[in-house]
This record gives sequence, structure tokens and C-alpha cells, in this order.
Amino acid sequence: MAADDDPIQPSPAAGGTAGRTRVVLGEAAARRRPADRARADLAEQTPVGEALVRGLVRAQLALALRLALVVVTGLGALPLLFAVAPGVGGVKVFGVYLPWLLLGLLSFPFLIGVGWAYVRWAERNEQDFTALIRRPEQ
Amino acid sequence: MNPYLVPGLVVVILVTVGIGLYGLRFARTTSDFLVASRSVSPAWNAAAISGEYLSAASFLGVAGLVLRYGVDVLWYPVGFAAGYLALLLFVAAPLRRSGAFTLPDFCQVRLGSPLLCSLASVFVVFIGCLYLVPQLQGAGLTFTTVTGGSYAWGALLVGTVVTANVALGGMRAITFVQAFQYWLKLTALAVPVIFLALQWQSDGRPPVTPEAGTSFSVATTVVMEQDATVDGVPVEKGEQLSFDAGDPVPRVSTVDARFDADWLLPGGDGSLFATYSLILATFLGTMGLPHVLVRFYTNPDGASARRTTLVVLGLVGTFYLLPTLYGVLGRIYTPQLLMTGRTDAVVLLLPEAALGGGHLGRLLGALVTAGALAAFLSTSSGLLTSVAGVVFTDVLRAGRSGSIRDFRLATVLAAAVPVLLSLYVSNMDVSRVVGLAFAVAASSFCPLLVLGIWWRRLTDVGAIAGVVAGGGASMAAVLITVLGPPLDGWLADAVGQPAAWTVPLAFLVMVVGSLLTSRRVPADVGATMLRLHAPEALRL
Repeated sequence: MAADDDPIQPSPAAGGTAGRTRVVLGEAAARRRPADRARADLAEQTPVGEALVRGLVRAQLALALRLALVVVTGLGALPLLFAVAPGVGGVKVFGVYLPWLLLGLLSFPFLIGVGWAYVRWAERNEQDFTALIRRPEQ
Repeated sequence: MNPYLVPGLVVVILVTVGIGLYGLRFARTTSDFLVASRSVSPAWNAAAISGEYLSAASFLGVAGLVLRYGVDVLWYPVGFAAGYLALLLFVAAPLRRSGAFTLPDFCQVRLGSPLLCSLASVFVVFIGCLYLVPQLQGAGLTFTTVTGGSYAWGALLVGTVVTANVALGGMRAITFVQAFQYWLKLTALAVPVIFLALQWQSDGRPPVTPEAGTSFSVATTVVMEQDATVDGVPVEKGEQLSFDAGDPVPRVSTVDARFDADWLLPGGDGSLFATYSLILATFLGTMGLPHVLVRFYTNPDGASARRTTLVVLGLVGTFYLLPTLYGVLGRIYTPQLLMTGRTDAVVLLLPEAALGGGHLGRLLGALVTAGALAAFLSTSSGLLTSVAGVVFTDVLRAGRSGSIRDFRLATVLAAAVPVLLSLYVSNMDVSRVVGLAFAVAASSFCPLLVLGIWWRRLTDVGAIAGVVAGGGASMAAVLITVLGPPLDGWLADAVGQPAAWTVPLAFLVMVVGSLLTSRRVPADVGATMLRLHAPEALRL
């Protein structure tokens, strides 16, 4: 994804960015200003506010890309699999050929499951961000 | 003709208009018309989005494709559903938080370039028409198939009902109409399929692909619609061919279909390139469809936009379990469609073919036809609302302060062209054209939205270059496919399923163009990013 080209952002794959951001920036904000200034930082576009938003965007994008990768490997590899190993397409499960079962039935709960996980984790990222702004750690 | 048919269709139209008029009581301001005053709950909104999304291509086309080509085309329903996952992951919440109403609005918010806005408007109208014409055509063809009436009347009837409904009720009414139509469509496929499965059970579970090849289950007479060769023997148009129960289905030269193992197992004669191109177009195209995006502005905030999308994924996924069953059962009960080539009609014809011409078969036949009508009405209404919204805000330059009368004028303007086109172009392939609309959306609006939301360094010049390159290339491929001569070899694949090369091209040009013009990054990009991604709970 082209968004990785941004040199200011480390690779989203570094992981655990949300936790690190929280400690470092929370301390920085607390040292220089009264605790409730984080919101003003955001609204006034100070470097601290900028960095806070970058952290949130990075966390959300990393989450979206990871789950997209799950779908690409889970579903996107199937045509290649059927082409490389035609035998797989001929396997029968409960009297139904495997490709019919995978594509016609199981792909839908799989997609819904990934979507459910995304909504849950994306909301958690936002809650962390909101908590960070409202109560910067001392 | 089926005696339950006319009452069924009249009820659908009356309920549609009735809910539209009921909604009119609440639609007082322009804001009510355009975004339903942003007060629609996720459950209603999700049903409305699903109702709007499940078009003729989903209701009729998918089952027809499965009947004809088998397991390989299951990527259509999977992709149509997976598109909502891509939308959820990359677009839903930030797009709602941008506060824009149309795609051109989003370009204005993010990059502030009037030229890009105009370009986006052109693509919204192009994609809208590309999607609207086949809906009206499908309506005309269904009308001909089930009533024997004229094609033009079917297309005109649906066109008029839709235009009146959008112009009178606007978005608020449409939300309730669409929600009703999702449940109607689901019922119209789910109830008959129960009886069809029971019938299949009581017929002794006839195999879908018998050892001796696909065969007729009852004595059938087929009227040839074109000159063709049937199993090598030339046959003239209008000739009647009779078959007994158990006779094998002959191969007709003018109809492209697959048989036996080709149908049952993946990999048939479709190339891997075409499959991946289709996957890319449907996965990424959904987020660029104007009638899908416009719905997201009716959510109260970003988090509810996300939840709405998840519910949509569930509703749409549930629906797409059903057309496959129709396609498979059609192989047993309506194999004559493989000779006439009218495979899109399988959903309409299957209940009577399998259950007989008694009251049950006819009632269920009328139910699926009513569902098909709902599919045309709801998708066309949604498309028309979004195209009219663009015409209203960007062409008439009315802005948010524009009057309801201007919106009505915009609606009539937006409806006139596709309705006229659908009257004159009656032989385009419905599901193929809809697939091409996805390819154009995936190669123009998908990169614009994804990079605009996640990449700070996108510039207006880069965005314009990317949309022109990717969108322009796919648009050209569409025009060649629809109007041009038939092509052979790899060129046929590259033009017939362009997404696999136009989508990467659009992303590449957009990124390179932005990096080359990095001085043009908007000064307020930090503020925009904050607005797109920060939760509303902060109330900054």
C-alpha cells in the first residue's frame, strides 16, 4: 500500500505502536504543559498534536492492512491453489465439492468474522486515543 | 399468464410509492432530502444500503451465471460481499467524518481542487449511467419474459416510478423504501428455495451433473431464438425442437455455456488473469460506487458508519447464499435455458418449472418476480439519488442552500439520459456491464479514497493524474467492450476484465504524481487528517 512510502512513519508492521506512543507522548505533553492541554494541541495543530494524530492513523492503517492480508491469503490464494493443485478442487466434503462449499457457503461467515474483529479493534484504538487526550499520563 | 403476477407487481409498486409518500411527510428541508437529516439508525441504514446494493445483477444475474458457467463465477457473489469488507476496513468511518455528501465533496474537503471535483462528477455520472442502464434493461427484459408485454413499456414503467419517487420523497423516503425492499428481496428468494429443496428431495434427489450429462427432467419444447447449429445440425430461427424426459441437453453453437466437469470444477476455460481481475474489481469497486457512498453520510457518526457497514456485510452475505442454489437447481429443472441462452431468467422460471403450474408454483413465481421488481426499483432509486445529488450540487451549483425544486429538476435531468439510452440499447449483457462499472469504480475512486484518507502526501495533481490514467483506461476498455469489435487472445482478457492492470496503474500514477508535486500538499492536511480519523467523542 502506497501509504507505507511516508518516510516519517515507521513500518506499520513494527507492532505495539499504540502502547509506545501513549507513554512517550503522554510524558512529553505532561512535562511541558498542564495535563488538559492535549486537546488544545490537537485543535491548534502543534507538533505534539500532529504526532498524536499520526499515531492514531498509523495504528488504524496497520490494523486495516493486517486484516486485509488475512482476507488476501484466505480467499485470494484460492484461484491459484485450484490452478496449481487441481486435485483439491475434486475433494468432496459432505457430498459437496470443496470449491462450491468454500466459495458458496464458508466465504461469507469468514468475511463477516474479519469485519467483526476490525470493528472491535478499531473502536479500541479510538478509545485508547480518546483516553490519551482526556487524561494524559503523568 | 400467471394470475398472481399482476396483483403482486401492483402491490410492490403501491407499497413503494406509499412509503415514499409517507416519508414525504417528514421531508421538509433540503437536508431531509439529501441526507435524511443524518438521523437514520444503523439497522435501518444497513437494510437500506443492502436493499440499494442488491440489483438486478445480484437478484437475477448471479443465478444465471452459476447456471451457465458453474463454480468459477461464484467469485461474483463473494466479491460483491467482500467489497463491503474493503469499504469497512479502509473507508467507512473516515469518509463519514469528512462530512462530505458526494464524492466531489470529498475531493473538495481533502484537496480543495475544483478541477478534481469536476472530474469526480464526470465519473460519478458515468458510473451511475453505466449501472442504471442495465437495471432499466433488466426491468424491460423481465417484463417481456413474464408478461409477454413490450420491452419498452417495462423499462419506461420502472424509470417513471423511480424518478417520481426520488423527486417526491428524496433521501428520507428512500431510506425506508430501500429497507423494505431488502427484506422483500430476501423473502422472495428464501421462501421459494425452501419449497424447491423439498421438491428436489421428494423427486429422489436427482444429481446436478448426471453421469450421462445434463438432461431434461420433463418433456420440453424449445423454440429457437436465433439461427444456430444444435449438436452440429443447423437449425433456423423459430424452429421448435421437442425433447422427452431423460434426453440429453444438446449444445447450441450461439450459447456459451459449460457442461459436466468444466461446470463442476474450478479452472474451466476462464484464465487465472480474468479471475483475479474480477476479484480485484469487485473487492475494490464497491467503495467507489456513488450510490453506496452517498448512504454513509446518513449515519450520525464515524463509529456508527462502521457498525452499519458490518451489518450490511451480514445482510448481503446472507442474501448471496441463495442465488447459487437457484443456479444449481436450474441445472436440473430448467436446462432449456442453456439452449436459449436466457439464463438470467432462471430465478423467474424455476418455481413454476420445479413445482408445476399449480397454485403453489404460481404464487412463488409471482413472489420472485415481485422481488426482481424490487431489485430494479431500489438500485435505480439509489443510483438516481446519487447522480441527481451530484447534478444538484455540482452542475446546477445549487449548494446546500438550493431549493427542493432544484433537486427535483436535477432528478429529472439525471433520469432522462439513462431511460432514453435503455430504450435504444436493448441487447447489452446485464451482468457484464455491471461488472465493468465495478472495474471503473475500482480504478478511479478506490485509489482516490484510500490514498486520500490514509496518505498525507497526496496532491491534487497526483490525484487528477491517477484518476485520468486508471479511470480513463478502464472507461476506454468499457467502451471498447460494449461498442467495439470482438477481440481474441490476451487482449480480450485485458479489455474484457481490465481491473487487474487499471487498478495498479491508478495507484502507481497517483503516488508518483503526488511525490513529483510534493510542494502542492495542502497546508491544512493535518487538520483534515484529524477530522477524518479522530473520534467524534472528543468534540474538537
